[in-house]
Amino acid sequence: MTAAPEPVLGGGLPAGGAMRVMGSETEYGIHAPAAPGANATMMSARVVQAYAQVTRLRAAGGAETRWDYTDEEPLHDARGWTLERGQAHPSQLTDQPPVLDAEAVALAYGHEELELDGEDESGSLLMNMVLGNGARLYVDHAHPEYSSPEVTNPAAAVAWDAAGDLVGLAAVRRLASDTELPAVNLYKNNTDNKSVSYGSHENYLMPRSVPFGDIVRGLTPFFVSRQIICGSGRVGMGQDSSRSGYQISQRADFFEAEVGLETTIRRPIINTRDEPHATADKYRRLHVIIGDANLSQVSNYLKFGTTAMVLSLIEAGLAPRIEVHEPVAALQAISHDTTLTAQVRLLDGRRVTALDLQWMYHEAAAKLAQDTGVSDAVDGDGHTHAVLERWATTLTQLDSDRSAAATSVEWLAKLSILEGYRQRDGLQWNDARLGLVDLQWSDLRPEKGLYYRLLSRNRMQRIVDDADIAAAVTEPPSDTRAYFRGRCVSSFSKDVVGASWDSVIFDVPGYGRLQRVPTREPLRGTKALTGGLFAKHREAGSFLAELLGSAPAPPPA
Amino acid sequence: MAGQEQQQPQPRDTEVEEEVPVPPAPAEGQASASTQGVDDLLDEIDGVLESNAEEFVRAFVQKGGQ
Repeated sequence: MTAAPEPVLGGGLPAGGAMRVMGSETEYGIHAPAAPGANATMMSARVVQAYAQVTRLRAAGGAETRWDYTDEEPLHDARGWTLERGQAHPSQLTDQPPVLDAEAVALAYGHEELELDGEDESGSLLMNMVLGNGARLYVDHAHPEYSSPEVTNPAAAVAWDAAGDLVGLAAVRRLASDTELPAVNLYKNNTDNKSVSYGSHENYLMPRSVPFGDIVRGLTPFFVSRQIICGSGRVGMGQDSSRSGYQISQRADFFEAEVGLETTIRRPIINTRDEPHATADKYRRLHVIIGDANLSQVSNYLKFGTTAMVLSLIEAGLAPRIEVHEPVAALQAISHDTTLTAQVRLLDGRRVTALDLQWMYHEAAAKLAQDTGVSDAVDGDGHTHAVLERWATTLTQLDSDRSAAATSVEWLAKLSILEGYRQRDGLQWNDARLGLVDLQWSDLRPEKGLYYRLLSRNRMQRIVDDADIAAAVTEPPSDTRAYFRGRCVSSFSKDVVGASWDSVIFDVPGYGRLQRVPTREPLRGTKALTGGLFAKHREAGSFLAELLGSAPAPPPA
Repeated sequence: MAGQEQQQPQPRDTEVEEEVPVPPAPAEGQASASTQGVDDLLDEIDGVLESNAEEFVRAFVQKGGQ
C-alpha cells in the first residue's frame, strides 16, 4: 500500500459556540418476537446483510465496503497510557474484525441455508458496511450499530442520526419480507430493563492541547444534569428494575465510575478512550458514553448543541467552577426525581438542582458566545444563536410549563403517555403495559413506534424536515471528510475495498497495489474541495490519478 | 444511485394511512401536548401496542453492549 497525500486543505470552524466536528453512534436493541432465543449477533448480522441488499438494489454494483481496522486503538487511554491486551475485557478489543463463520451461523439457526448474498469471499457474513452517506453500519457485539458520518453542527447531527433510524427501518422491512427466517424489530433504546444496557455515544473533536483534567472537571457537573433535557425516560429503577417507578434517564443507573476507559463494564461518566481517528498530535476525539439514544429531535439537538458549547467553554478555560459531590450518586438522584426539585451538593457547600446547574452552564456559554460573536443572530455562526435560544426555552418550560416541554423533551413526552394510562386505567408502575409503552416508544417502525405516533400528530417538535432526514440516508454531509468517504463508496464502490474514519482504500486496475487515501483531517475532503473531482470522473482510476497528482500505469488493454 | 427513490424507506405518512387512521393535525401545525386529545391518543396507542404485554416485555432480553 502507498500513503497518498492528503486531500486539499479545509478551513476551521468558528470557535466559541456550538459548531464542532461531531457524530453519533447508536446501538439498537434487537428482538425477534417469533424467535425470542435467536442469537443476537446473528440477528444483527442479518440486519447489516439486509441493508446491503437494500443498497445493492439502490445502486447497481453494491454500496457496501469493508471496514479498515488499521487505526483503531480502543485501549489507548486519554490520560496517557495504553491498557495491555491481556488485561482488557474481551468487549474492549474493538480493533479486530468479528468473525461469524458458517459454524456459528449453523449453531444460531440450526441450518446453513442462509442466503449467501451477504457473504464476503472469506465465507463469513458481512458484519460491516460503509454507507454512501459516510456512516458505518456494523455488528457491535450483540447489537447492530449505526455510526453517523462526521458533521459540523447539532442540526446536522440530528439529521444524520435520524437517518440511521431510517437505515434500521429499511433493514427491518427487508427482513420482514423474508419468509424463511423470523422478522426482527429494532428499538432505539438503551436497556432491556433486566440488567443490560447498550450505548448511544457521541463523539466530539477537540484540540489535543486541552488538558484532560480540564475536560473532566468542566464536563462532569454538566453530564450529571443534562439528562433533564435529553433523557429518554425509563420505566423501572435500578439496573435490574427491581424497584418500580419512572426515571428521567435510560442510562443513569448503569454508571458506576467517574472516569475510566471501559464502556461495557464499570461505566464511567467521562470515558477516556483515546482513538482520535484523526491527526493524533492535533486532536482528541472525546468519546461520550453517558447519553441516552434520542428519538426526540429537540432532545437530540440540545444534547449535541449544548455539549459542543460546554466543550468550547472548557477550551476557553471558562467552564463554571463547580464540582459536584459524589457525581455518580448525584447523576442517579437527578434521574430518579421527575419533579426536578432534587438537590445535589457542590463541594463549595451549595445545594443546587439540575436546572440550576444547567442555567449556570447556559449563562457561561451565552457569555462566551457573545464575546466571540458566534451567537449573533445575523453575523454569528448560524447555529449557536438557535441552540442558546432553544436551551433557555426548554429550561424555562421544564421549570414552569411542563406540558409545553413535553412536546420536545423526550422523557416528558414518554411520561405524558404513561401518566395517561395510569389515570385512565389505574395502572401501577410495575404494570407490564407501562413496560410495553416504554419499550414500544422506541420501535423504529412508524406504525408501531409510539414516538412516531406522537410525531405524526404533531405532538413532538421537529428540528429538521422529514425530507432532509430521508436525503441524509443516501447523501453525506457536504462539509466534512464524510463527503469524500461517502462519495467514494457511492461513486466507485467496485474499486473501494475498505474504508474507515480516516482512510479510503482503492484497488484500481493499473495501479498494481492498493491505494490507501488517508483522511486524517476531518474538515478536508469536503464537497467544496472534492465535489468537482467527483463530478469530473466516472472511473476510479482517473479520479485517483488527479487526486494523487500522478498518472497511473495504463490499464491493461 | 439510479432508482434509489424506489428503494427509500417508505414514507411515514403512507405507512400511517394504511395502518391507523390519523386524526387531523392542529391547524397551525404547532406541536401541542394539550390534555384534550390524550384519550384519543391513548385509544390509538391501544390499537398499536403489541398484544400480551407481559410476555412481550419479558421476552425482550438483550445481550450486553457498550
